Amino acid sequence: MTIQFNDETFRDDYTFRNSQWAIDRFPFPFHEDSYMYSVNMEQHQGGPAGSIFEKRFDVDEHYVSEMRDRALVLAEDPLRCQSLPHMTLAGWDLLELIMVSKSEDYPDLFELHRDGDRWHWINRPLGIDQKFTFMDEATLPYGPMEYITRQTQGDFAVLDQRDENLWMDAGIVTTQADWSLDFDIGMNFFEWHAPVPLAAEMGIFKRALKFLMNIQQGAPARRLNWTMTVNPRLDTSPENYHKWGPQKMTLTPENIGRKQHLRVELQTFFRLPRSNGLVFPIRCYLIALEDLVTVPKWGRRLHRVIRDLPEELAEYKGFTANRAMIVDYLSKFDDGLPTSDGIWPDKDTEPPLQV
Amino acid sequence: MSAGTNKIDVTVTDIVPLNDLVTRFKFERSDGELLPTFSGGAHTVVEMKDGEVSRLNPYSLMSDPNDRTAYTISVRRDEEGRGGSLFMHRNVKVGDRMTISYPVNLFALDLRAKKHLMIAGGIGITPFLSQIRQLDYANGHFELHYACRNRALGSYVDYLTSAHPNDVHIYFDEMKQAIDLENLLDGQPLGTHIYVCGPAGMINWVRDTAEKLGWPREAVHFEEFLAPQSGKPFQVELAASNKTIEVGEHQSLLEAIEAAGVDAPYLCRGGACGQCETNVVDYDGEILHRDHWLEDDEKQSGKKIMPCVSRFEGKILVLDR
Repeated sequence: MTIQFNDETFRDDYTFRNSQWAIDRFPFPFHEDSYMYSVNMEQHQGGPAGSIFEKRFDVDEHYVSEMRDRALVLAEDPLRCQSLPHMTLAGWDLLELIMVSKSEDYPDLFELHRDGDRWHWINRPLGIDQKFTFMDEATLPYGPMEYITRQTQGDFAVLDQRDENLWMDAGIVTTQADWSLDFDIGMNFFEWHAPVPLAAEMGIFKRALKFLMNIQQGAPARRLNWTMTVNPRLDTSPENYHKWGPQKMTLTPENIGRKQHLRVELQTFFRLPRSNGLVFPIRCYLIALEDLVTVPKWGRRLHRVIRDLPEELAEYKGFTANRAMIVDYLSKFDDGLPTSDGIWPDKDTEPPLQV
Repeated sequence: MSAGTNKIDVTVTDIVPLNDLVTRFKFERSDGELLPTFSGGAHTVVEMKDGEVSRLNPYSLMSDPNDRTAYTISVRRDEEGRGGSLFMHRNVKVGDRMTISYPVNLFALDLRAKKHLMIAGGIGITPFLSQIRQLDYANGHFELHYACRNRALGSYVDYLTSAHPNDVHIYFDEMKQAIDLENLLDGQPLGTHIYVCGPAGMINWVRDTAEKLGWPREAVHFEEFLAPQSGKPFQVELAASNKTIEVGEHQSLLEAIEAAGVDAPYLCRGGACGQCETNVVDYDGEILHRDHWLEDDEKQSGKKIMPCVSRFEGKILVLDR
């Protein structure tokens, strides 16, 4: 498959767009007409052909532009990428995992040639041709984690496992839903989740931690998470809240379909072999509401989910102020017909919108 | 999801008797591909098909973690045990196909440590062999104190003392040589982590001494795989799968559950990892807890059991499995 890479922006003039291909494969996160937290983990061992679940690290039409946006964020704020001294080995683990996965999954885009410790990496979309010595930091322009994640979509939290807990001791975070690596660095699993409402009382975190600590080599896991973002901005960070927070006030009933985006995270979890660490890639997918409602099932369901969501969750996800306007807009795409189970669009079997 | 389900088909390519008790086995992938890398201290679960009986025993990987061509393990013959080690010693031949699990690490190095202080007893030396290899690559600072019965039974003593003459200290019990533990722990630089692997008595001795001297709990790491012990046969009802099973004298409860075709999670099969924790629905009798996982109050509550090592004596045991 050859991917046509978009030339687009995630800031200022916001030229980001999804093609029909990207809309059809969008990871819609709701498997039923309501939403509540759950650990909702499954094995990350492929998925339907063409879906975002198929490859270990999905590459799509936004790849080149997303990497350009990441470089802009890092140039303004180097603390978006941090690695505590004991995490370098985990960084090499991550570099190996991504280079091996991408070169096997996308041989037309990426090549990896290994002769002992002498490695040769070719990244065609970004025009990179790098020879280096594996495990020798001096032979790369950045540390191993930063080097490879400047070439891979999604944020990365690299976790150390010790003392019956997970510790956020390294990461690169430029496409996040309002959390800060610089704030969370060095925290354990319970500490960095402290702001999340309701879930701790439900025992979600204890169960999730137990699950994550038992993830084994060769058996990665995944889940979806979601929020709402006004304008297709990747960097919705606390550090830059002054740049994107006020944009929530620019929504009108006329522009909401174009400006309001559903933001979905594909979260995956891989055990890292040499360090026994765990990497937690958080890949962000954005879709404008006007594109999402072109899938009749998704339009019906999103309306019901947002309408019935507990207030605490709307508050935490940061769209309380616009919730009524969003529900009003989506109500036009909900004719009350039943929806099929599962997240898939089912365009061939679900009826068109009845008006 | 049942952990430990990721398996590798391997072929035994070398068997080396090291001394009267310990034999080393080398595994390579049967399909000729490379094995996964692993981290020092990891183990693999080896499946043994002994006639009708299926045994799964954990063994520490002792080879170089970066060598993906082969894994090696060392097995100590246990005449008193239920037969897993005897099977390895007597029945396994070069060229045999076997199934092993992906590497799992419950005894990883704390990579923040400024110094790794390793204390080994007997066959407990094996995880340290791969940890030392891992530290070699990173120029990590370690010191090994290794106690064994005598020179003849001291597996890998010669290799360790020649490869690391300044960092390895050997103690032979029969020569009345003993680790001067209080003195050793007292003289360690800030940022040192302790690792101990060996018999239960040694692990408790090191943990208790470290605690008494004020070492933080997080800086003391230990690994002890318990071998399931034989015991009187007993009957168990599996409520979720609506089956009644018999646990034989030399069978573990976990093995009996698996033999009945019921999927049960596990990782270490030695009472350490917590993965097989199972709810007790009802019982009339005594649960013989033998694991390191459950807290004392959980053991007394009668609501939990670790079927990999624990047994039961009495009239009725009903499990949520």
